[in-house]
Amino acid sequence: MPTFVRLLNVARPMGIARIGSMAGIGGIAAVLVLGAVGCATHPTGAQAKLARPDAAAGVLPLLHREDVLWLGRVSFGLDAASVADYRRLGREKFLERQLHPRGPALPEPVAVRLAAADPGAGAAGEEMRGDAAARIAAVNAARKSIYALPEGSEREAARKAMNDRGNRVAYAAIRRELLRAVYSQDQLEEQMVWFWLNHFNVYQHKAEIRWVIGDYAEVAIRPHALGLFRDLVLATLEHPAMLQYLDNQQNAAGHVNENYARELLELHTLGVNGGYTQQDVQQLALVLTGAGIAGENPPKLKPELQGFYVRRGAFEFNPARHDFSRKTLLGRSIPGEGFAEIEAAVDLLARQPACARFIAGELARYFVADDPPPALVDRMAQTFMRTNGDMAAVLRTLFLARELDAALGSKFKDPMRFVVSAVRFAYDGPVITNTRPLLNWLNSLGEAPFGHQTPDGYPMTELNWASAGQMSRRFEIARSIGSGSAGLFDADDGSAKGESGFPQLSNRLFFEAVEPFLTANTRNALGRASSQQEWNLFLLSSPDFSYE
Amino acid sequence: MISRRRLLQLGAAAALSGRSVRLYAAPPSGPRFLLVFLRGGYDATSLLIPYSSGFYYEARPNIAIAKPDPNQAAGALALDANWALAPAVRETIGALYRAGQVAFVPFAGTEDLSRSHFETQDSIELGQPLAAARNFRSGFMGRLAETLTGGERDAAPISFTDALPLAFEGTAPVPNLSLKNLGKPPFDDRQARILTEMYSGHRLESAVSGGLELRHEVAREMADEMRTSGRDSINTKGFELEAERMGVLMRDKYRIGFIDVGGWDTHVGEGAAQGVLAANLGSLGRGLQGFSQSLGAEWHNTVVVVLSEFGRTFRENGNRGTDHGHGTVYWVLGGGIHGGVIAGEQLAVNRRTLFQDRDYPVLNDYRRVLGGLFRTMWGLSADQCTKVFPQAAPTDLRLA
Repeated sequence: MPTFVRLLNVARPMGIARIGSMAGIGGIAAVLVLGAVGCATHPTGAQAKLARPDAAAGVLPLLHREDVLWLGRVSFGLDAASVADYRRLGREKFLERQLHPRGPALPEPVAVRLAAADPGAGAAGEEMRGDAAARIAAVNAARKSIYALPEGSEREAARKAMNDRGNRVAYAAIRRELLRAVYSQDQLEEQMVWFWLNHFNVYQHKAEIRWVIGDYAEVAIRPHALGLFRDLVLATLEHPAMLQYLDNQQNAAGHVNENYARELLELHTLGVNGGYTQQDVQQLALVLTGAGIAGENPPKLKPELQGFYVRRGAFEFNPARHDFSRKTLLGRSIPGEGFAEIEAAVDLLARQPACARFIAGELARYFVADDPPPALVDRMAQTFMRTNGDMAAVLRTLFLARELDAALGSKFKDPMRFVVSAVRFAYDGPVITNTRPLLNWLNSLGEAPFGHQTPDGYPMTELNWASAGQMSRRFEIARSIGSGSAGLFDADDGSAKGESGFPQLSNRLFFEAVEPFLTANTRNALGRASSQQEWNLFLLSSPDFSYE
Repeated sequence: MISRRRLLQLGAAAALSGRSVRLYAAPPSGPRFLLVFLRGGYDATSLLIPYSSGFYYEARPNIAIAKPDPNQAAGALALDANWALAPAVRETIGALYRAGQVAFVPFAGTEDLSRSHFETQDSIELGQPLAAARNFRSGFMGRLAETLTGGERDAAPISFTDALPLAFEGTAPVPNLSLKNLGKPPFDDRQARILTEMYSGHRLESAVSGGLELRHEVAREMADEMRTSGRDSINTKGFELEAERMGVLMRDKYRIGFIDVGGWDTHVGEGAAQGVLAANLGSLGRGLQGFSQSLGAEWHNTVVVVLSEFGRTFRENGNRGTDHGHGTVYWVLGGGIHGGVIAGEQLAVNRRTLFQDRDYPVLNDYRRVLGGLFRTMWGLSADQCTKVFPQAAPTDLRLA
């Protein structure tokens, strides 16, 4: 047996300690028997009720099918640590931890790797260091120096070198998000970061966006992922990634570009049926004139305009480009006051009942069901209105709803959930060193991070991910994940080969949280596998694994 | 044996619980239809240039394309006294136009006024009356496939996309596969069987079996193509390569197809005779030309419609681009069509005729135009037309 397989058999110490305190192997066998009886239906009352420590017996309770599925929704998928935490804390306490992450959430090897410089940084250009403002400035400077070169091979080489640096910068950002998604204990936060990155989609291949996607994720999105919706809107509005993506940096008095204004209404806040008109789009576009990306030097302004200038990081509000006329948005009058108009407009949008309903509906579609139960969406929208758009509160309403329990087991995993949950499950042990295979799998399944060209983001329903072509592609990737040949333990830059070998998916986590609830079809297929790799393929391809 | 009626009932049941996919063997000859959806709202005014309109040159000081000039072989191609074709597609689509194999329908589109990409794309793909509640499980291509399924007129639908488009939603089974990158079939027969059986009775059962089978079939088909084709396909890439492969599959197997092409949302710096938009149009034109060639004799049985969710603002915006508009220009191509014309209801292009002082108006409703084409191509009855496009009387543009 390769060393690698043995390594994977060793779950995290925490998990082992807890499982060890169960009634040993006999405890697991009992789960199997009961699970087989209750296969594909709700287990009977013979099993311990939910995850509540059984103090009298001094052992932790067995898992109910609903617990496993619920945990699968809160997280990107089960791993030994999340199962152990859930059993120790019970549902409500577990949820509170997830809603209010206290960090540090990353296993040390991951934290160490992410704290290290971006791959290739240091030796390479200034564009790879610092915040968005510094990066944008460095990119502009580098472009300028390239254009200054005479046409020819030297210029071409410089252009190519810069392009390579851009690719590395974008990859570093994606790697960070993927490693966090796989390994962070704060799984709900990670899902929300991903949800918002998709809701406030930007496309890395437009303009200079790839240089700042890492900053967009970590500075604009992450701090607000479980916070106030209004802050999130404003943070994305001010970020150079969004300013470039939806062209608002070009939006100026006399040269109005309504692209961002329209999507801010349609996709970010109110929804297409949110009750706004073409007139509102045009008025909001005027409100947004002058919001752009800061240049190297502040603009030279007339004295009467200087007080209106705003600079925050790479964001700049340039009053000389702003239309100071009075606007009317959604029937409210907004006097011409410069940047204060933008804050007022964002506040106005975030307070709309249409906004609360739209965001509640999108969240419920992502976490609960393709056609979310209207009563649940209503309650979430009420929470949204009551708390001024506090996402932790809205998510609490969602995750404690009986409608969620009723929908468990029927949500098809989109590619991101499929890939991340498979890696969490299959490689729940030594930390992977190479995230390129994950990125390739996501590319191949059509859900590349920062790779959706249009501002609607990726769709979140089964309809969009379970066509004939997509299913066979998914099975290919299941095989790749299960065969261990993808190079997950190679060096990130391809410089060194790491251990390879297939993971042992029939592990303790499997017997504890998966096996008891398998459907007969899947059980049958697993029984026909001719090798461990093929067994892995069938499990990861199974309907049981495709749904959560 | 199961009766056809029973099959239809089963199909209806499958629509509730999922869909069933099976592969078709199309008869060697018969009508074929391909829908090319340009997602993003392409700037039709830079494709079909209203060169007789002085207002056009006023409204687009930076991005208008120069009038056709007989001394300029690489410039816009005059199609008639009012319209000219973009230089970027002159050699490809222009040549087909001269051969009577292309027509353009200006002032085409939908009554949907949201000016939202996503809303309008959805509503066009669904093809349902705007006033009614939407059924997201029923697209017009899906209904066409349902109408044609069975017998000589078997629809043999396929979508050349990674995901199944809304247009193909419905009860008729539709396999999908992007032809961008093709590889070997991933699984041997035993593995494919076990994978399929794992989904037995599941709502994804037929998607799973259909997907695995299609991979095998396309790999076989394309292997033959690579061996037998004398054409050098090394130089083609991107959409052009995809379109050639589509042509082969539609020649041999499939009757109605769908492909979408992105990158048309030109808010900034769209260019004129050259530039971003011209490059996209050029690739599209070469792709469609390659498609027509790889269909061989079946090109004469084939109709291609190129459309987009809306047109763009008639005036350029502050950034040498254009914003979301309304009416657009549809393309109709085919070896047997009565092309070489600008078809449908038309207006002189000037400021007064703009819709909301902003965009082209819509005079040719997409449901009526497509309904008319389908009716002629397949000899559909009034009931069948109504099924595909409810509450839309087909218009006969006398093209097909």
